[in-house]
This record gives sequence, C-alpha cells and structure tokens, in this order.
Amino acid sequence: MQEVKITKELIEEHGLTEEEYNLILKILGREPTLTELGIFSVMWSEHCSYKSSKIHLKKFPTEAPWVIQGPGENAGVIEIDENLAAVFKMESHNHPSYIEPFQGAATGVGGILRDIFTMGARPVASMDPLRFGPPDNPLNQYIMNGVVSGIAWYGNCIGVPTVGGETFFAECFSHNPLVNVFNLGIARKDRIFKARASGVGNPVIYVGSKTGRDGIHGATMASDEFKEDAEQKKPNVQVGDPFTEKLLLEACLEAMEKGLVVGIQDMGAAGLTCSSSEMAAKAKTGIELDLDLVPQREEGMTAYEIMLSESQERMLIVTEKGKEEELIKIFNKWGIDAAVIGRVTDDGMLRVKHRGKVVAEIPVKYLAEETPVYNRPTKKPSYIDELQGFDPQTIEKPRDLKETFLRLLSCPNIASKRFIWRQYDHMVQTNTVVLPGSDAAVIRVKGNRKGIAISCDCNSRYCYLDPKEGAKQAVAEAARNVACSGATPRAITDCLNFGNPEKPEVMWQFAEAVEGIAEACRVLETPVTGGNVSFYNETLGKGVWPTPTIGMVGIIDDVRNRLTQFFPCEGLLIMLVGTPKGEVGGSEYLHLIHGKVAGTPPKVELSYEKSLHRALVELAQKQLILSAHDVSLGGIVVALAKCCLDYEKPIGAEVELDYEIRDDFLLFGEDQGLVILSLREESEGEVSKVLERYGLPYRLVGRTTKEGFTIKTPKATLEAGLDEMWEAYNSLNFRFDPQMRRRPRS
Amino acid sequence: MKFGVVIFPGSNCDMDCYWAVREVLGEECEYIWYKDTDIWDFDCIILPGGFSYGDYLRAGAIAKVSPIIGALREFVKDESKLVIGICNGFQILLEAGFLPGAMLRNRNLKFICEYVDVVVENNETPFTCLCERGEVLRIPIAHMEGNYFADEKTLKSIIENGQVVFRYHKFNPNGSIYDIAGICNRKKNVLGMMPHPERCCEELLGSTDGLKIFRSIVAYHGGKVEA
Repeated sequence: MQEVKITKELIEEHGLTEEEYNLILKILGREPTLTELGIFSVMWSEHCSYKSSKIHLKKFPTEAPWVIQGPGENAGVIEIDENLAAVFKMESHNHPSYIEPFQGAATGVGGILRDIFTMGARPVASMDPLRFGPPDNPLNQYIMNGVVSGIAWYGNCIGVPTVGGETFFAECFSHNPLVNVFNLGIARKDRIFKARASGVGNPVIYVGSKTGRDGIHGATMASDEFKEDAEQKKPNVQVGDPFTEKLLLEACLEAMEKGLVVGIQDMGAAGLTCSSSEMAAKAKTGIELDLDLVPQREEGMTAYEIMLSESQERMLIVTEKGKEEELIKIFNKWGIDAAVIGRVTDDGMLRVKHRGKVVAEIPVKYLAEETPVYNRPTKKPSYIDELQGFDPQTIEKPRDLKETFLRLLSCPNIASKRFIWRQYDHMVQTNTVVLPGSDAAVIRVKGNRKGIAISCDCNSRYCYLDPKEGAKQAVAEAARNVACSGATPRAITDCLNFGNPEKPEVMWQFAEAVEGIAEACRVLETPVTGGNVSFYNETLGKGVWPTPTIGMVGIIDDVRNRLTQFFPCEGLLIMLVGTPKGEVGGSEYLHLIHGKVAGTPPKVELSYEKSLHRALVELAQKQLILSAHDVSLGGIVVALAKCCLDYEKPIGAEVELDYEIRDDFLLFGEDQGLVILSLREESEGEVSKVLERYGLPYRLVGRTTKEGFTIKTPKATLEAGLDEMWEAYNSLNFRFDPQMRRRPRS
Repeated sequence: MKFGVVIFPGSNCDMDCYWAVREVLGEECEYIWYKDTDIWDFDCIILPGGFSYGDYLRAGAIAKVSPIIGALREFVKDESKLVIGICNGFQILLEAGFLPGAMLRNRNLKFICEYVDVVVENNETPFTCLCERGEVLRIPIAHMEGNYFADEKTLKSIIENGQVVFRYHKFNPNGSIYDIAGICNRKKNVLGMMPHPERCCEELLGSTDGLKIFRSIVAYHGGKVEA
C-alpha cells in the first residue's frame, strides 16, 4: 500500500472531522491509505452522504399508487399509462457555477441527463430554475450569461429540449448563484434499470470518456463554504462534452434495449468511487477494480486521482458474464471507449488494485449506507420574529398606480425571460406543445394521447421570511401551475438549496422547509420521488435565502386539452377563482416599491388548493375554459397583464375588481389560490357548476378586448396601453438582447 | 416514395424527421448510418439538424468527410434524386460544397430558437411546388450559426438562377445576407434550409406549414397528396 503519512492536516484538508477519522480507524482496524482517505472523504462528504439532511428527509411522503420508484435511485419514476413511465429528478450545480459559470452549468445539465438515462429512459425535457444576484451588477451579469450559455450549449447539442425554468434575482445570490437542473425522461415501465452490481463474477465495465485529472474533489468542494480563495478552485470544476454524452446516451439505450445491462450507474460526484461502492452496496455484493484497465486521458495518474476524478460523460455497467464483448461492440460502434475494469465479488468489499498492488480495501456498506448521520442543532433565527412583525398598513399608498404597475411589470423578477429561453432549443424532439413563457411547460407523449406538464417553483423571499409557509407555497404553486395547464399534479422532485448546516439557524430553516414540503405533498397527494440537497451555499459567511425548489410533474389524459396562460382572443369572459385578501407580506411590491423584505408571506390553504387543482383539470378536460393563469409575483394586476401579453398576439382586457381592499394591496398583493380564467360566454353556466361543485368562490370580473388594459377597483382606475405594457414586460429582453426589439409585433 | 434520414454522430433531429415523414406524412422512411454508402434505393435523403461531431472545428466541417457524403455526390447527379439538408444538414451541404456560400455565427452571437416567418421565393423547385410564390410560412429556427454569407458574385448568381428558395419575412433573426433562409443548387434537387420544417407538421405543435415542404416533395415525385 502507498506510503503516505496520514497527518492531522491531511485529514482536515479532506474535510473529515476527528471523530469521523476515528471511525475510519475503527472500520478498517488500521490506518487508511491516502487513496482510502480520499474515498472516505468524498463518500462521507455532505454532498454524497446527506449526513445533515438524512434524518429530516425521512419526513417526506414517498408513496402513491402511481409511484413506481421513490427516493434512493438515480431518479424517481411515476406511471404515465400502463406501458410508459416518467423518470425525473432535479439536482443542483451551484458551487461549480459560481467558480466557472459556463462549465459549471453545462456539466450540471450533463449530470442530470445521465441520472435519467441511467434508469433506461430517454431524456425528453429539461427545466432550469436559476437564482442570481441583481442583474445590474457586472459580476452577476457575467455569471448569468455564462450559466445560460452553458445550459444552452450542453442541452442544445445533446438534443434534449430545455422547456422552461424560472429565474429569480436577489442580493443574497450575488456570490451564491443557484443553478438547479431538472430533467424528465420516458421509459418503458417494465424496463427500468437500477444501480445494482448483481451477480457474483459478473464483469464491471467502464464506458465513456477517458478519465482525467479534472474535477477531483468536486463533491468535497460542494460541501464547504467559499472563502476569499474561491477563484483558485477552478480546477475542481469539470469540463463537459455534450457530443460524447449524446453518443453515450444512444449507446447505453441500445445496450439496454438488447438486454445487455444488469446494473448501471453514472459517474457523477465522486466518480468511480461513488458509482462502484453504491452499486455494490445496493446489491449486497462487493466489487473489485483494477485501475490499470481504466481508460485514462493523462499519464501517471495515481490511484487516488483515478478514484476521485469527476471527469464527465462516464458510466459503470455490470453485464452478465460472457456478454461483455457484445456490449463493448455497441459502445465502439458509437465511438465510445469501453473496457472491463473489474468484477462483482461476494465479500462486500470495495477492493481497488493499481500497478499490481491493493491500494484500497473498504467494506462498501460503510461508504454507501452506514455513513455518519448528524442531528444538527437547530435554532430559530432572530430576524424571523422581527421581520414578521412588520405591519404593511404602515406603508404609503403609491400616488400613481399605473407607474407602480409598470415598474413591477418591468422588474427583473417579473419581466419576460424570453432572452434566456430563446437561447435554449425548446422544440427539438417535437414534443413541446406548450412553449416556455406560460405557467407550466407541456410535452406530448408520442404514440399516445397523454401529455406531461412540468413546473419548477420556489419563492426564496417567502422562504426567508417563513421557511415552512414558503416551502408549502412552493409546492402549492408548482401544483397550481401544472393544473393551470390542464394536468393532474402527480409527484415532485426537489432541490433544497441552503446555507451552512453547521449553523443552527440554517438547520432550522432546513427543518422547517422540509416540514412544509412534507405537509403540502401529503395533502396534495404529490409524493416526493427524489431530489438533492445542496448545503454550504455561502460565500464569505453570507448565505442564500432558503430555496427549496420544487419540480412538479403532472399528467394530462388528453394532451389536446392542454391550456396556456394567454387570453386567446377578444370578447371572452374573464373569471377570477378565489377571494382576494390583499396579502402584501413578502411581496415583490413591498420589496421593489417600498424597499422592504418583511411581513408574513401569503398563506396557502392546502385543502382549498387541492379542490382548485381538481377543478382546473376538469374544466380543461371538458374544454370549458380557454386559458388559466394563477396569481403570483406582482399580484392580480400583473397576472392579468401576463394573460394579455402573448408574444405573438397581445390581447386587451377590461376588468372590474369589486373588492373592499386597499387598492395597492388588492392589486399587488400576492394572494395564494387565485386563478384567472378566460371562457366563452356560453360556457359560463357549465364553468360555474363545476366550480360550485368543488366549493370554490368565483366571480366574473371582465372581458378580453382588442386593445387597452383597464382595471377598476371601488376607488381607482388603472389604465395602460398594450404597447407600454409590452415595452415594460420586455425590458430585460431588450436590455440583454437588443436585437429582439427589431422583431415586429403582429 | 422512399425517404432516408442520415444519422451522423451527434445528429439530434433525425428522429423528428423520421416521425414527420413516417407518422405524419405517411411515407416510407429509413435511417441511414453515416458510414453507409448503399443509398440508391432512396428517392429523397434528409440530412437532419443537430450537432454532428459536436460542431467541433466548425459546424458541418467533420461530417463533410464521412462516407455518406461521398455517396451523395453521385446520388445527386441523378436529377430525380433529392437531398434536403435542414439546419446542421444545410451547414454540412455548404461545407461539402453541394451548395455555395458559408455560415457565420448569428449576428447576436447567441443560439436562437423561435418561430420565424419565411417567404417562399421560388416555388418552382421539388421542395416548394405546392406552395404559392410569395407565400409566408411559419417555421421554427434553432441554431447558433445560421447567418448565411456569400460573396457578391455568388449571391448575384444564386439570385439570378432562382436558387434562393426561402427568405426571412419582415424579421431577419440571424443577419443572413439577402435575408436568406434556404437555397438550392442549380439543378434544384438539393435544398439547404435553416428553419426546421419537421418541427411544424402537426396542429398540436402550433403550425403545419412544414408539412407543405414534405408534401411538395411527394407531389413532385408523382405521389398523390391532399392539397
């Protein structure tokens, strides 16, 4: 074994505590080799082991009749119909995207795609929820542009459409951008592949790019805060190659189709180490690797480097003994390296050989299953009570409602993000039936009537003010968005982005958010099928607002009945479902116009939400409504404006909101559970019947018109022209891609 | 008639073209691996969009030396045989010299994916024979290098020879010279176009204008086509 002295400094550099090191000594009954220390370090990192989050995540509901695979595999799986399944997951690539925005984001996309096709599914849709610092700062612009081009580069090249996402700006994300990547694939229900190294004696085959020295300790990097030297971590960021991944994808799917795969796992964080030990642990077997057989990009790599490399576009496959030649032939046809590098054993050990010597020998269960678990202390942060105590009645009423409205419509969090998703190929695979820019993206399932709706949501500001309510709201909004498109919300994946869990205040935020998600998912019957936790989103001691991003997946029985948020024509009735309360706590209005992040975020009534979602699905299926859009950032008036501002054909509206609520609260409050519908006059009776059956309050509030936008309240009238609204809503687009202004409006 | 869709390493619109031709249009269609050269069975061969060879070196620059391209050189000598290159396929046809001119990066240096309007400049080609001259089609684009360029002399000659088949209407998204969206060769049996007709063949997807191009091909070939 290697002769490197394990010193205190070395242990510390590997992010291991003294207790953890003592545990290693106990497990091995001896001092670890350097390679073993590296292996323990990545497998016990927060990123791979979930040591701080595990005990909380157990609270999630994970089962329903339509859930085929819950948490624990590479991705969750739900049923689409009797033959097909949707395989989906969301992950973060926050830390690398701060250090190197383009490659950080690109490899994030590459990683999540591998998680999906590892399961035997062809990836069909990506979504990318992003969080940046305010876009007026050059560093933030650099990060945003880099991240967006990185996502575009990888996704466009591999030919998986990026069908939407969301982008939110706030100061706390300035040095802590959040890059969450969601992907969904479609697989045959009876052919889902798992990460199992089954069958003692079966060969272990390495496929994909050659191993290099890139990305060593990426997982460890993602398990710590950034200090002043963050720039120097650039070499820890991996470099992506979407072309190779495309070939890898096709080769893997072909090998699976031909029945040559027993178990398969992608090499993501912690590379060869993580894939081999997890596959063995799950199958209750062992694995033996000979590193001399690993295809390598550089000469003289040590065992430590090979085991910890996070080079991209690699997979580990176990096939039946005797089938290795046939498998390798498929990969070679696609121009991809494939080599037998080891075999499945029965002794429960991860045994690694290099240059004729055993350099690591560790029981796999201590790497993948029986890893350290912490119940970290929690403490309610002191800011919560202070900010929640804020009385919104103390703010001044704006003098000019129209000016306030246009400022909101043009602010970065609300304005159109077309300049972003225009860079994503969102139509390749010809399944996208609701393009980006509406509440949820909808794709059709070829050869089938079904459709799949996806929405990713989280209001980080709400979660900062009240993590539990904020998390509930995120689930409810994601479900509502999916329902507005006509789909029944079925299950979620989540990406939980938080600060340093060693701080009791952060841990409290985390625990609260988990409870909020669990409660909402239980009531809305949308189990959690998997996801990812990203802690340590802190730079120089400043952390992000809690951001539990929710990726909701819904199913539409007949995709022809899907809806968008846009009023399709003039002369339609506009209906408001739900009763406005004028809740401005935590709103964009309070922040943008009054400079305050305070108050209590709007309350979500979960059982009401569930009825609302069911009603929306029924109305869509019966073709009784022509559009549906929920009220969110910016309140009712912004929601109405977004219904009007279809990019190809804007439509006007005349609306009367006869509610006795302070004007600014009524117009800009972000009340939950409000939905704006458009319908033909002759459908009114039927729509009312359905809404009444679900016990939902509703009111006809106006009509769509050819031109103009007029909103009346009991005390005021807000009038604006579609042209000025258009200009305001496109402000970010015109700023970041001036050529978009040249396109004529029809 | 029989269509073929070429798969280069990195093609990603191959399945979309196959779906449009086979499932929507209802014509016979087969995939052609880029190493195959036995292609005389086919009547129309589609070079699909995507990122052949990852666009490494230059879009289309590596694909142009693959075996299928050599076979296509013979194939197109027969005027009854058709080749259509879409997006990356167009880039390959330019690189391989089937069509004149070259592609630059989009004027805004960004990838652009959106619906655009293109006007049919010449309907006397196998690819547009069911269209009206001057008809506006709504077809999506999705590319980073679609800024078509030709020197003055070349441009003049392709205009005079009726080789300009599609031009962007009212809005030129990528800065291409003369608003060019698609051109054909002199014999009019090879078409290259940046917009993706295979992406708009079904009402469900928002437009069926792409189908007019595929139907034209079938009609030209003597097939019966619903108007």
